[in-house]
Amino acid sequence: MSQKNETKDVSSVTKVAPIINDFCITFGTVNGSGSATANTTLMRAFFQMGIPVAGKNIFPSNIQGLPTWYTLRLSKKGYLARVEHDDIVVAMNPATIEKEMEFLVPGGVLFYADNIKFEKTRDDLIYYPMPVKKIIKEVDISPSLRDYVANMVYVGIVAQMLGVDLNIIKNALIFHFKEKTKPVDINMEVITLAADWAKENLEKQDRYFVEPMDKTTGWIMADGNTAGAIGALYGGVQFTSWYPITPASSLAESVHEFEPVLRRDPQTGKETSVIVQAEDELSAIGMAIGAGWAGLRSMTSTSGPGISLMTEYLGLAYYSEVPVVVWNVQRVGPSTGLPTRTAQGDLTFSYFLGHGDADFIMLFPGSVNECFEFGWKSFDIAERLQAPIFVISDLDLGMNEWMTPKLEYPNQPMDRGKVLWEEDLEAFAEKMKTSYGRYKDVDGDGIPYRTVVGNTHPLAPYFTRGTGHDEYAYYTEDPVAWEKGMERIKKKYETAKQYTPKPEIFTEENASIGIITAGSTHFAVEEARDILAENGVKSDYLRLRSIPFHDEVYDFIRNHDRVYIVEANRDGQLKQILTINIPECAMQLRKVAKVDGLPLSAKWITEQILQQEEK
Amino acid sequence: MMETTTSKNTNTNTIGLSRADYRGAPSTLCQGCGHNSISSQIVAACYELNIRPENIIKFSGIGCSSKSPTYFLNRSFGFNGLHGRMPSLAQGAMFANIHMKGLGVSGDGDTASIGMGQFKHLARRNAPMVYIVENNGVYGLTKGQFSATAEDGLVLKKQGTNSYLPVDICMEALVTNASFVARGFAGDPKQLKNLLKAAFSHVGLAVLDIISPCVTFHNKENSFHSYQWGKENEIALHDITFVPAKEEITIEDFEPGSTKEVELHDGSMVILKKLDQDYDPTNRVEALRVLEEAEHNNTMLTGLLYVEPCAKTMFDRYDLPDEPLNRMPNERLRPAPESMDKINRMLFLK
Repeated sequence: MSQKNETKDVSSVTKVAPIINDFCITFGTVNGSGSATANTTLMRAFFQMGIPVAGKNIFPSNIQGLPTWYTLRLSKKGYLARVEHDDIVVAMNPATIEKEMEFLVPGGVLFYADNIKFEKTRDDLIYYPMPVKKIIKEVDISPSLRDYVANMVYVGIVAQMLGVDLNIIKNALIFHFKEKTKPVDINMEVITLAADWAKENLEKQDRYFVEPMDKTTGWIMADGNTAGAIGALYGGVQFTSWYPITPASSLAESVHEFEPVLRRDPQTGKETSVIVQAEDELSAIGMAIGAGWAGLRSMTSTSGPGISLMTEYLGLAYYSEVPVVVWNVQRVGPSTGLPTRTAQGDLTFSYFLGHGDADFIMLFPGSVNECFEFGWKSFDIAERLQAPIFVISDLDLGMNEWMTPKLEYPNQPMDRGKVLWEEDLEAFAEKMKTSYGRYKDVDGDGIPYRTVVGNTHPLAPYFTRGTGHDEYAYYTEDPVAWEKGMERIKKKYETAKQYTPKPEIFTEENASIGIITAGSTHFAVEEARDILAENGVKSDYLRLRSIPFHDEVYDFIRNHDRVYIVEANRDGQLKQILTINIPECAMQLRKVAKVDGLPLSAKWITEQILQQEEK
Repeated sequence: MMETTTSKNTNTNTIGLSRADYRGAPSTLCQGCGHNSISSQIVAACYELNIRPENIIKFSGIGCSSKSPTYFLNRSFGFNGLHGRMPSLAQGAMFANIHMKGLGVSGDGDTASIGMGQFKHLARRNAPMVYIVENNGVYGLTKGQFSATAEDGLVLKKQGTNSYLPVDICMEALVTNASFVARGFAGDPKQLKNLLKAAFSHVGLAVLDIISPCVTFHNKENSFHSYQWGKENEIALHDITFVPAKEEITIEDFEPGSTKEVELHDGSMVILKKLDQDYDPTNRVEALRVLEEAEHNNTMLTGLLYVEPCAKTMFDRYDLPDEPLNRMPNERLRPAPESMDKINRMLFLK
């Protein structure tokens, strides 16, 4: 294509009004090249400017050398979901530049390292070369570090072209390097050189700008795994056993990182929380259940393959009634699948987990902030119900850095459930008008009382088993005792609803449809509802926060002729679970489900719903 | 947790408990099962060591062996876990109160097949517990299949001939740095009781591989795991005597020069009286050598094979408070409200 055409086309699209704080930048780099620091720095700078921003890392299952992308979405309205197009691409990887060009909108911008040879196949883009090698050569650092700071060149150039104050960039670096001046200075030198170069050599032809806003005050930036770990520490977690698996590893690692900050015993200065890296997930869950049984607040964190391995022990914990919290940070399966990509594919698996009749309580944090909240709350629920509790997150929520309202100190005291110590047992018979039995339903809520190791009262010790047992924990194969025990546990599952988080419901006047989702898909649904409304389809929305379902969920479905269940899996798993729970409304439920490894976009959800609404 | 001597009053020990206080429910295992004699010796050892049953936590996996913890120490908490996965359960539970003693009972199927991984990692972490393998070379509860410790060439009724080599649990324990490794024989109760006492006094993981014949599915006269073969081919490394801490050693009981004493971490002594060879139970390589030799000579070597009294335990790797974690009040588990602001600032609070 001729230069003349290019110029003409560009000017025709850039004549429109400037776009401020409302665009998407993708950085195409090679993983292992240190780009994370560069991308995070820009993200923090935008956040500091008060601009709502969301970052998503699309990375391969590899340590060094394969393409990786980082997308920053700036949204003045505060939308945090993934979008399917790019306004700006920063291309540092020759292998992917042509593909990246395809995703740019007309009038979009391509920053590229000037050593990359490629054909400028689109004439509706603005091209800015970046002399990365030249600028890096001017910096006085050892050659081994050059590659790592190379990405700072695009930080400087992009900052200059968008209008970001370099002092804000510097503050972000100071935060990143925890006030260590040397790395801050080296990086700032590169950034300043690059910004100066851009100022002198690049003419602003594009329409994208940033301006300070005030939409991030009182917010923080964190990923869901870190927030979940901090939540667990505020929940008084005493035992964490885990085995490395993407995308869950950083949850246990964050427990390890923040434990010294938060959990030194105020009286003795000693550790009050133990972390063990187990030899596998079979062992991680065994340890966690052992600790939960013995009276410790106990958890493990894993992803789908780990849950497969933990299944048998979770069945034992269900039947022997042991409190334990299990985080499932979902990734794409089956098999190894796409281990570094996101999905919500373990819903039916968790729901039907194990052999025999069993039901598991599932919590769905729908934001980073809620990862924190469920991080502490899950222990109260587990100990109250004496049952395994799943906290079901995913890679998008768990590993990506999100802006989220600041963490609020737990608003409820710790609930340790029905644990009896020596003096409680001494008073039990008189108080309760019945003898103590480990599996006896004294209160009529299906939840028995329990004792834990170290209790020296003669009534305290019992032999816990996965084999048939009666109300006094004695072995039995008696048909009546088995059935009675299992019915009582089912009752406990009903009681659970008093303690688990209720759904959040958002309504609009004259809404014609209902939408239900759970977890990280919330952000795309939130945005899709606005687009749907613009297209004449008003919706009510229920954000599910736990299973078993509260009555509000059933009422919501009954009150809508069509309810769209939005989820990131192939088969519509949440819809399947809802269908079997409210079969009389099965025909009202509509599937909006997709898994390709990427977070759902509002655009896709909108299209699916509009299509089914025949609009 | 332990006191020293048994009382002069023969009906109770020094903490005032009778043997009955250490018993469990009646066994439902077969008459003559080796596991029943092991249960009896566990009762005897704990009674004589004056251990409070409330200070023991029992664990087991799945199999005949793993049923046995209901047949002793009724006054202890217990958890019958999953097949081969008792070690993980025990390691988690024991952090609740680091002053309690773990007692795990497993079998050869539970440990040497499905549970090999967890067994090895338990040894590697040196979790302070007694880990008994009731080893009979056969799966009893599923009616007579070969286990991984069955010898090559063993013929069983339904299974035909075993053509695989056996796993030696003591060797496995030794190469994984277990800090106490012994082999006993259910048909030798006196030695077994002393080995159990030493195991209970050891601070660290004590692996006790006890050959325990299965009278129903595997008690062939010519087999390693039978009473008769055991009685004819057992070679004890030493006569073992256990002297609890604080109890005086009356040295005249032992011929000078013929004994070796090992002081355990809790101050008690194991006195090994030389039989036909000098044996140093603190030398791991020597332990492996004598096991290899015994296998070659078709004998069953019993006794204390290896002990490292002061090895770092799982708990030594943490800086835990003295008070049991599971009794710690809530206010010491939830950080103070003031910390929340600090955390938010660490998370780039705007």
